[in-house]
Amino acid sequence: MAIKAKHQRLVLLGIAMVVLIGAAILAIWALRNQASYFYVPREIIANPPESSRGVRLGGMVEKGSIHTLPDGVSIAFVVEDNQAKVPVTFRGIVPSLFVEGSGVVAEGHMGSDGTFVADNLLAKHDENYVPREMQNMTGKQMQQAMAKGK
Amino acid sequence: MIAELGLAALWLAAALAGLQLLGGALAQTERGAALGGVVRPVAVVQGLLALFAFFCLIYVFAVTDLSVKLVALNSHAMKPLVFKIAGAWGNHEGSMLLWVTVMGLGGAFVALIERRLPERTMLATLAGQAFVSLGFYAFLLLSSNPFERLSPVPAEGQGLNPLLQDLGLAFHPPTLYLGYVGLSIAFSFAIGALVTREVGPAFARAMRPWVLGAWIFLTVGITAGSYWAYYELGWGGWWFWDPVENASLMPWLAATALLHSVGVLASRDALRTWTVMLGVVAFSMSMVGTFLVRSGILTSVHAFAVDPERGSFILALLAINIGGALTLFALRAGTVSEGTRFAPVSREGALVINNVLLCAILGIVLFGTLYPLLAEALGAQVSVGPPYFNPMSALFAVPMLLVLAVGPLLRWRRDTFARVGKGLVIPAMLVVAMGIALVAFAKVPLLPFLGLVLGVGLAWASVLPLRGRNLRRLPLAVWGMVLAHFGIAVALIGMSSESAFSSEKLVAVHVGEITQVGPWGVKLDRIEPIAGPNWTALQARLLVRYGGDGKVVRLAPQSRTFWAPPQNTAESALLTRWNGQLYAVLGGEAEGGRWQLRLWWKPFVPLIWIGGLLIALGGLLALMGRVTTDLRRSVISDRIADRRDDEQRLREERA
Repeated sequence: MAIKAKHQRLVLLGIAMVVLIGAAILAIWALRNQASYFYVPREIIANPPESSRGVRLGGMVEKGSIHTLPDGVSIAFVVEDNQAKVPVTFRGIVPSLFVEGSGVVAEGHMGSDGTFVADNLLAKHDENYVPREMQNMTGKQMQQAMAKGK
Repeated sequence: MIAELGLAALWLAAALAGLQLLGGALAQTERGAALGGVVRPVAVVQGLLALFAFFCLIYVFAVTDLSVKLVALNSHAMKPLVFKIAGAWGNHEGSMLLWVTVMGLGGAFVALIERRLPERTMLATLAGQAFVSLGFYAFLLLSSNPFERLSPVPAEGQGLNPLLQDLGLAFHPPTLYLGYVGLSIAFSFAIGALVTREVGPAFARAMRPWVLGAWIFLTVGITAGSYWAYYELGWGGWWFWDPVENASLMPWLAATALLHSVGVLASRDALRTWTVMLGVVAFSMSMVGTFLVRSGILTSVHAFAVDPERGSFILALLAINIGGALTLFALRAGTVSEGTRFAPVSREGALVINNVLLCAILGIVLFGTLYPLLAEALGAQVSVGPPYFNPMSALFAVPMLLVLAVGPLLRWRRDTFARVGKGLVIPAMLVVAMGIALVAFAKVPLLPFLGLVLGVGLAWASVLPLRGRNLRRLPLAVWGMVLAHFGIAVALIGMSSESAFSSEKLVAVHVGEITQVGPWGVKLDRIEPIAGPNWTALQARLLVRYGGDGKVVRLAPQSRTFWAPPQNTAESALLTRWNGQLYAVLGGEAEGGRWQLRLWWKPFVPLIWIGGLLIALGGLLALMGRVTTDLRRSVISDRIADRRDDEQRLREERA
């Protein structure tokens, strides 16, 4: 096995490139399937994602819509934008700043009955930490939603 | 006054960094060689000035000097002293000051003690360090001045985010930064070696301890951060693939690859360009991480305030530093002469595979972290989480673990599988036995299944390099390697066990009611109000018992309400046994006088962090081994030189 030094360098480089390019292709493929998309209520109603797919739903919590379920650890509420409403259920400990009439981002999936099942709720933590999707909402949708809520 | 002193020290340090850069650069030319003498002292003074500025910041935080804007925005007189001090780096400006301090001190340390390389290379290295520092000084002074005054002085500060009011803040960021920023030294070494074309075993031997040092701190920092997030956030998870976690994982992956390739270069004089490349990449990943975190372009629990101007500034720094280094690399890589050859089946071969796979995982993580940005540019908002990261990184981690089991048994240059095969029979049998046991007695998902069987096999295989060696005379570095690899197996078992066997319970219970989670019986004994220095809380007193007849132990999770800033946090309570942890979180009051409890039983979860610490400890042993060997070597070469001088003198006297 008398490979020349230069050849060895090329072979090594070749292997490294093949593995890294393979990793990149796999990553792109996996991301297309696994990235969780962000929806506002209007979009999720018009074009509901498959129930196997993790997505995020962002909007305003409708006034008067939060109610606790009998087990004491689940809640149901409605997320709305100015055009549509989506019922949401969530089982877990609710973040303290999750209140009616304010913004929320729910992580979970769309159930087959048209209810969004949330595994996690992201509410505004404090002045310094706002879920990024919510920042954009304050720009357009949030204001519209709030104007409608008044 | 103190704040102004700190600011003045920073400006002075920045000016000295400029001088250090100039001196180091001019010293590369024949005419400027005389300037080289100032570089080392300047580097030392620069580091001390940055440290002084950092202490000034700690002082204004400790005394809560509210005329300093940063203190007013992030501190509060009522806060316990330890959080006042730790709060100094729990914000954007303070953490950037910590960054330049570590960078300055790193350079100072190198200037003081590193004398193994030709002086010209060292000066180029220190110039490189100064160049990077200068950018961060500019960032700090021009857009993130930590000492800015506020007028009028507010009556009280706004307080620190309660999630950060924890001892974790005192340890996690400093250790992480020592590692994160410590990699800048490897970066500068790579620059220095490229400038003077001195890439070889001597360069690798000089660079190795610095890489090891940074890597140890990075490992400890990540481990501590993971445990902190685990108990503080109250979500029961220990790794969230949050962009900031990824930002610390990416330099760690690159540094781990670098650590192994620098070893090949030091011992075998192979992988020259690759090692230099990794030196550049590792710190580049630190800077990319900073950019992601500090610019606020990604959602993250670690993102402080969002400021587009700062984002652009860091992006510019990133482009200059990484772009410059890569350009230098492209210009010089061709002139770095080829190292020694090796056969595919050899220690070098295994290390090359390890390096490539580590880089593949790095690429997977980097791509997944940046993908939301790419998608946003195309008009879609996405987030990327565990469903992508877990299987994709496992895809490359599994073959890497296999190589990890075999690689350390292989000889340098050339070996055969037949020779090492016999030793691997027992670990292979362990893997099979574990696999059969899991299939027979438990239903475990694929990834934790792989983790458990490989973890057990690897735990055994990792100690095989000790076989047939005289343990008393075995170099410390080998002990270090064995311990670190064993630590990986331990952490892997912990991670897989947590994900395969955890039981979770979310209930609303009345006072006096008993609930079950895993083997635990948990009784809500009472709910009581308590008060801390800057918070009040509802505390649940839980009486818990392991199995039917265990001892009854108290646990007290709290739901805290801080008043500055007004915010609620859940303070989890943990009970550790040899075989796992019980984790309890108190939620809110549910209707009917019930209280929400979230309970987890996580078998063997502490192994994750014990494994992390073992990895770091292995690094520490290796570092001690390398340093003592180097010292011994230099003492011996000094002695040889002395004797030669003596003989010379004798001969001269005779003549």
